[in-house]
Amino acid sequence: MATSVVKLLGAQSSPYVNRVQIALNLKSIDYEFINENLAAKSDLLLKSNPIYKKVPVLIHADKPICESLFIVEYIDEVWTNSPSILPSDPYDRATARFWAAYIDIKWFPLFGELRQVKGEEAKAAVVEKIVEGLVLLEEAFVKCSKGEVYFGGESIGYVDIILGSYLGWVKAGEIMASVKLLDETKTPGLVGWAERVLLNDAAKDVVPEPQVLIEVLNKFMMASAKASSN
Amino acid sequence: MAASSTADDVKLLGGWPSPFSNRIQIALNLKSIPYDFIEETFTPKSHLLLKSNPVHKQIPVLFHHDKPICESIVILQYIDEVWTKGQSLLPSDSYDRAIARFWAAYIDDKWFPSLRQLTIFAQGEDAISAALKQIVEATAVVEGAFADCSKGKAYFGGDKIGYLDLVFGCFLGWLRLAEKVVGVDLLTETKTPGLVGWVERFSSNDAVKSVIQEPEKLMETLEFLKAMFNASTT
Repeated sequence: MATSVVKLLGAQSSPYVNRVQIALNLKSIDYEFINENLAAKSDLLLKSNPIYKKVPVLIHADKPICESLFIVEYIDEVWTNSPSILPSDPYDRATARFWAAYIDIKWFPLFGELRQVKGEEAKAAVVEKIVEGLVLLEEAFVKCSKGEVYFGGESIGYVDIILGSYLGWVKAGEIMASVKLLDETKTPGLVGWAERVLLNDAAKDVVPEPQVLIEVLNKFMMASAKASSN
Repeated sequence: MAASSTADDVKLLGGWPSPFSNRIQIALNLKSIPYDFIEETFTPKSHLLLKSNPVHKQIPVLFHHDKPICESIVILQYIDEVWTKGQSLLPSDSYDRAIARFWAAYIDDKWFPSLRQLTIFAQGEDAISAALKQIVEATAVVEGAFADCSKGKAYFGGDKIGYLDLVFGCFLGWLRLAEKVVGVDLLTETKTPGLVGWVERFSSNDAVKSVIQEPEKLMETLEFLKAMFNASTT
């Protein structure tokens, strides 16, 4: 049996892995998905990503590429078939990279805070920050989409993939904290976008349902609690 | 370095002590792009900064035909993609580009915060000792990255200064200051021979010389940052 030229080390519950899957699907790239047990990391993972020991890792012709944002850009640069993931105009590319960094470094970490925060007041404060971020992203959506349906315009692009891959966890967060984060009144564009983006062929069946993710989280928290009490 | 720029219409809102601003200054120099340098006032932050970077309110901000681009890593790639004549910053091979981006993120997300921890945030012997251990380890990782990326040549970028040279090199003034303040050499012939040789070559380049600050000049800025941090935690 021939060894696959493209392998993806990942775990389905990871939004960072999901974004690479969406990018690979978008470009119609055949690949082998190697499921990682994050509680018992494989030698291949530890060898391919010795610095962070994290998924996803894309292995292309035996060469590992780490960090989801850079994997997606790599895919876009190597497989030049349509559709393009990043915009072609340098200013639009800069805008896309700016928002991807904002989403990953400033916005999504708020969900970790939301999970850990104690007390209704503190929780409300974090929720407010998340919604403020969504309002910024709503403005970004209006500017980037230029009247079309995705951040990338007519077809899904970089920011659609980066933000879209978090939607499972966003919905899980809404359920666990009993709050509505994506609100028709505040962020109507994003509400419509969120319904649309995961129905796209490339993204279909990639991002897990929120209940599945909640179960994964509960299992992880129980295992951590057990480990710390032993 | 200020020069009148009409054809390209480039302005940089930055600060002379800021390594992130220095990163862009060196890139513009390397590409021979004339630009106007606008020194940010900071206390309080200027109207221009708040208007052009409302999300992060931070320098540097590059203005190209009055359109702002924020975040130094985003700006570097923008410069490389728009001014394509002459020297490229990022490698041409896609795999090498992915590796360069990976190490740039490591330097910004792991190495530099360790340096800041050592020089600004760590208080007391134990904390300083722990911070020193972290920066030494992170520097060893960067030495490894240099070996991998340079492939025996003079710079991270190979024969010429490139993306990673800028991303790491912009911190040299602050690295030297940290060594003075803590009394420990972070770059040594025995532990980081590659980087020691690289520093000499990088620092002597014309595009770099006028930009990277002498540690003594940065001392006042360091004192200011420490005072601000202490004030915010009392």
